Amino acid sequence: MTNHWVDIKNADVVLIMGGNAAEAHPCGFKWVTEAKAHNKARLIVVDPRFTRSASVADVYAPIRTGTDIAFLGGVIKYLLTEDKIQHEYVRSYTDLSFIVREDFAFTDGLYSGYNPEKRSYDKSTWDYEFGHDGYVKTDPTLEHPRCVYQLMKRHYARYTPEMVERVCGTPKEKFLQVCEIIGSTAPPNRAMTVMYALGWTQHSVGTQMIRAGAMMQLLLGNIGVSGGGMNALRGHSNIQGLTDLGLMSNLLTGYLTLPGEKEQEYDKYIAARAFKPLRPNQLSYWQNYNKFHVSLMKAWWGDAATRENNWAYDYLPKLDKGYDMLQTFELMSQGKMNGFICQGFNPLAAAPNKAKMTGGLAKLKFLVIMDPLATETSEFWRNYGEHNDVDPSKIQTEVFRLPTSCFAEEDGALVNSGRWLQWHWKGAEPPGEARTDLEIMGELFTRLRALYKSDGGAFPDPIVNLYWPYAVAKSPSPEELAKEYSGRALQDVTDPKNPTQVIRKAGEQLAGFAELRDDGSTLSGCWLYCGAWGPNGNLMARRDNSDPTGIGQTLNWAYSWPANRRVMYNRASCDPSGKPFNPDRKLIAWNGTAWTGADVPDYKADEDPALGMGPFIMNAEGVARFFGRGNLAEGPFPEHYEPFESPLARNPLSPAQEQTLSNPAARVFKDDRAAFGKVAEFPHVATTYRLTEHFHYWTKHVRLNAILQPEQFVEIGEGLAKEFGIASGDRVKVSSNRGFIKAVAVVTKRLRTLPADGKPVHTVGIPIHWGFTGLAKPGFLANTLTPVVGDGNSQTPEFKSFLVKVEKL
Amino acid sequence: MALQSLDIVRRSATTTAPPGVRESYAGTVAKLIDTTKCIGCKACQVACMEWNDLRDEIGTNVGVYDNPPDLTEASWTVMRFAEYENPKGDLEWLIRKDGCMHCADPGCLKACPAPGAIVQYSNGIVDFHEENCIGCGYCITGCPFNIPRISKRDHKAYKCTLCSDRVAVGLEPACIKACPTGALVFGTKEDMKLHAAERVADLKSRGFEQAGLYDPPGVGGTHVMYVLHHADQPQLYAGLAPDPHISALVGLWKGVSKPIALAAMAFTVLAGFFHFVRVGRKEIDERDEAAGRQALEGAPQRSAPQRPGSAPETRNPDKRP
Amino acid sequence: MADVTRREFLKVTGASLAGSSLVLLGFSPTAALAEVREFKLARATETRNTCPYCAVACGVLMYSLGDRSKNARSSIFHIEGDPDHPVNRGTLCPKGAALIDFIHSPSRLTRPEYRAPGSDKWQPISWDEALGRIAKLMKEDRDANFVARTPEGLSVNRWLTTGMLAASASSNEVGYLTHKVIRSLGILSFDNQARV
Repeated sequence: MTNHWVDIKNADVVLIMGGNAAEAHPCGFKWVTEAKAHNKARLIVVDPRFTRSASVADVYAPIRTGTDIAFLGGVIKYLLTEDKIQHEYVRSYTDLSFIVREDFAFTDGLYSGYNPEKRSYDKSTWDYEFGHDGYVKTDPTLEHPRCVYQLMKRHYARYTPEMVERVCGTPKEKFLQVCEIIGSTAPPNRAMTVMYALGWTQHSVGTQMIRAGAMMQLLLGNIGVSGGGMNALRGHSNIQGLTDLGLMSNLLTGYLTLPGEKEQEYDKYIAARAFKPLRPNQLSYWQNYNKFHVSLMKAWWGDAATRENNWAYDYLPKLDKGYDMLQTFELMSQGKMNGFICQGFNPLAAAPNKAKMTGGLAKLKFLVIMDPLATETSEFWRNYGEHNDVDPSKIQTEVFRLPTSCFAEEDGALVNSGRWLQWHWKGAEPPGEARTDLEIMGELFTRLRALYKSDGGAFPDPIVNLYWPYAVAKSPSPEELAKEYSGRALQDVTDPKNPTQVIRKAGEQLAGFAELRDDGSTLSGCWLYCGAWGPNGNLMARRDNSDPTGIGQTLNWAYSWPANRRVMYNRASCDPSGKPFNPDRKLIAWNGTAWTGADVPDYKADEDPALGMGPFIMNAEGVARFFGRGNLAEGPFPEHYEPFESPLARNPLSPAQEQTLSNPAARVFKDDRAAFGKVAEFPHVATTYRLTEHFHYWTKHVRLNAILQPEQFVEIGEGLAKEFGIASGDRVKVSSNRGFIKAVAVVTKRLRTLPADGKPVHTVGIPIHWGFTGLAKPGFLANTLTPVVGDGNSQTPEFKSFLVKVEKL
Repeated sequence: MALQSLDIVRRSATTTAPPGVRESYAGTVAKLIDTTKCIGCKACQVACMEWNDLRDEIGTNVGVYDNPPDLTEASWTVMRFAEYENPKGDLEWLIRKDGCMHCADPGCLKACPAPGAIVQYSNGIVDFHEENCIGCGYCITGCPFNIPRISKRDHKAYKCTLCSDRVAVGLEPACIKACPTGALVFGTKEDMKLHAAERVADLKSRGFEQAGLYDPPGVGGTHVMYVLHHADQPQLYAGLAPDPHISALVGLWKGVSKPIALAAMAFTVLAGFFHFVRVGRKEIDERDEAAGRQALEGAPQRSAPQRPGSAPETRNPDKRP
Repeated sequence: MADVTRREFLKVTGASLAGSSLVLLGFSPTAALAEVREFKLARATETRNTCPYCAVACGVLMYSLGDRSKNARSSIFHIEGDPDHPVNRGTLCPKGAALIDFIHSPSRLTRPEYRAPGSDKWQPISWDEALGRIAKLMKEDRDANFVARTPEGLSVNRWLTTGMLAASASSNEVGYLTHKVIRSLGILSFDNQARV
């Protein structure tokens, strides 16, 4: 979230699209009800299903699953055509005036530089035009035909209300009603918040859907302001934390990135990440990259990371490609993986195409499960009848199942969706012999280290030299680790403006990432969290909930990254002279000498606004980007592409060629493409989702939740029910080209038959929560049905839109 | 149950007068269920089971979201879902938390023949004391909302206590505390009515012209009230009674159950009453209902059980000084 | 009337008569009957925690048996929302409100288990044996398949044949330590629940 949960109460309009906050985040949704009750806010829900969020909305607009870019592109066109934009904001804080290279082009659904064999782009033309001074050329009049404003206007000219209705199935009047309410937040004193979740991310064009939403918000001046923002509602309690801490194939901590194998030289590796400003007088905060990186290397390899060895650059593995989950399971099913560890993760249930997953796990030599619960993955080899029809005798994988503690049995911090790091305390011991994950990882590592010390082996250096200062080596404590990722001075740290002034003595915890140095004198395991455990102790454990301004800014409750800032980009809540656009919901303001207010300024704290530094300090441009340059795989502006399993044969927005039906730049493995189904055989569109009564695949193990939704069901609309003679309570079989599930049918008015390019299409709703272990009635894993194809950038699987057929049993 | 505890004002089938001096001077309590804020998440169902140490059966899906599908001895509250297409053609998903309404004039208590099995406290809560329950089921008949359920396990009647144990120590009921969206609110009945008025004004500004408060006078008002978008059509909400009354027969039964007449009248009355138990009030035709009402009106309501010096009946918990 | 069996009739009238007879006698039982249910949290130990499900991160209060004295084994018996928490303000959703049954779920694992190749059942294994065997398997695989240099001579120091999926609900401290350990081994096949 750019903002945070409580701030939603400040919204004038709430758009829930690509998510279902009332069901997936009920307690956060309360701030929507607060905005409605006390701020007269209007709630819009755009969703293929009439959800429980929709049940309390002022306006509900149905949409065919997977067509959100068409809808949002239509909104962008509406805002531009009807002049519902925040002029001062877009002029000063975005790239609308930037001029783009002459050879950049977009034709028939493809951008310049496409290579159909590789299914990827040469992105070199997707860039600005630079002047002799090295800065981007601009046209403040916005009249230059290649300025971003004009390009964007041309790009979205095709996204008319009629086109929206044709692609999305949303009735034109409903769409225009939504546009009008959204457009009402263009004035500087009004704000709209956008709440989204996996309804946007789980598409082959998920990242671009989110970008389209962000572009809409920028046009309205709704980013950086109280009650505004792009708010990703994260689905698990520490998914934010694990992402911040970089537990992904290509990341280090704090969104630092691992080197690619071509990056053999350390200096070039850093230079490629320490972006130089693209406009005069801009901050471009990533210029500090090296300080963050060196402090991380000191936290991981201590004295073994020296200037001479480029801070142990050699110890870091180098990527030839990303090894995300889908790539890993592809390798597994090809028999190229031997070992796998699942720590609190149930991939048999959570990954697409269960049959492929089962085949992959069966090819492993060993599988290690660390979990508090008996997951399906841990028993993938066991026969559970038609719910898991395998032959154990044919599966040679050794499986270890290690019992772990749960939240109630450990101390530590979790990061919520609003970026708050909150400490929690243990209330009881884990059951039986269960251990904490720290004890397990600690002991596993110390055993490996001992083996490498005694026996040697392949490149033992990064293992035997890993900085391991913990009092009990096989069981590092949460406090030790929290202090380490926050960071401390290894030598005295001095003020750069006055080198005789020591601001932090050796051994002291650091107060924030501004104190990090690139000379090895500081250590911080995650620069973004620097200061969370500062010189004054554990700020994550703070519990002062006072809100002096009444707009929900509880700065002394826990700790929010970065730098305890609660609303990101909050400089953009003020006009260029530093006055709040909306004085009633003031976050910060320039008082003549400094930026002060209800939040920690997202800006240089003493920067005079007259000097023209932009509010988006993490961007080299200093401003927000409508034109995405080469940052995303599919192109600089979001363009609608159909899901990989689509009821359509051609993309109504680019009908000229077949290759633009679906995302032309998404990675698709050969076996997965072969497993796609065709509309002739699988005529219904399906989408998977959570119900509010359950959490993922956990709460089927929880009696109280099993009582609330005891048995697997699918939802079908009245149209489909009539066609197949299905009544509520009947059992149905739902098949895709990858497998089938059987479940009870819930027939409802809440799922409509929508026209897709004129042809009526039924949507089948498939809640995910059942499986073959637990207290709820045994069921099929919903991912038996889903296709393996990821978003072109994030590789998040397309769980939200695929083809099935329904039969009455 | 000592009559002094929590200031009992009424007690089923009991002649002893409770102490009558203390009153609920700070007001009675009420739960307000705002169906217009309710998202049907069932947190209230869980909080209720969790706090009260109840676990219902893990059932099946019968083709709807309602689960468990009905109130039981272990599910003292359930969500009822109804899909409604309004005259404008827009879909509304009306979701109502069902459970004991804590009537000011509780039909269950009036119908109950077991001394002390049902009590009403001065704060407005109507509570069941299962140790005194004989499992006859008259409370179900007496209830205009069809709430109490007899357990197959111990043959006793159960229903929402409004968490009398929490309220007794100054806490809100468990369901109220849990409710994520503030659809459940708890406070004095007066405050709840004020809160409801604000909600109704907001709803009217959003086009719900018939929004209103459900606090049915036929049972003397309730300590569980609803805010409805369509207060003119309560039946849209999974059959919420538009104008609930205590069954005429319960009034009749109470009226004629004067101790002296009891033995002589038992056969006739009980036979009629049993017919009602079996068939339910929907079968009673209007003539019967009118006759019943007449009978009720004939006997002054305040002293319905007609026990001389029966203080509880004269202390209406809703009457604030 | 016709529906009433004699047995039912007697049951109903009998019960009523019994009740009413007590009233007749003016008997009001007071002794040995329960008061309002005892408030069960009176002296329970309260611990503050965070709900482990979604990322609203509601504050919860866990109530446990015993006062943490030496001889008392804490056991959590009730959980409700933390009213001081700025986001949830005491509220909980149906998952959070049911946390007590997660902690005490019959599906909780309580001892390390091992499934041998081709077997159809679990067998118990000690921690020592399990971790020893896992460390050995990992080292064997790493030593056999570690790539120090590509055929083109690029230094890459990666291990691709073993991978890991990290949790979505483990703490920062667990995540941080896990990342540190995994990268020190050169593992690239590394992901977490954020992917899906």
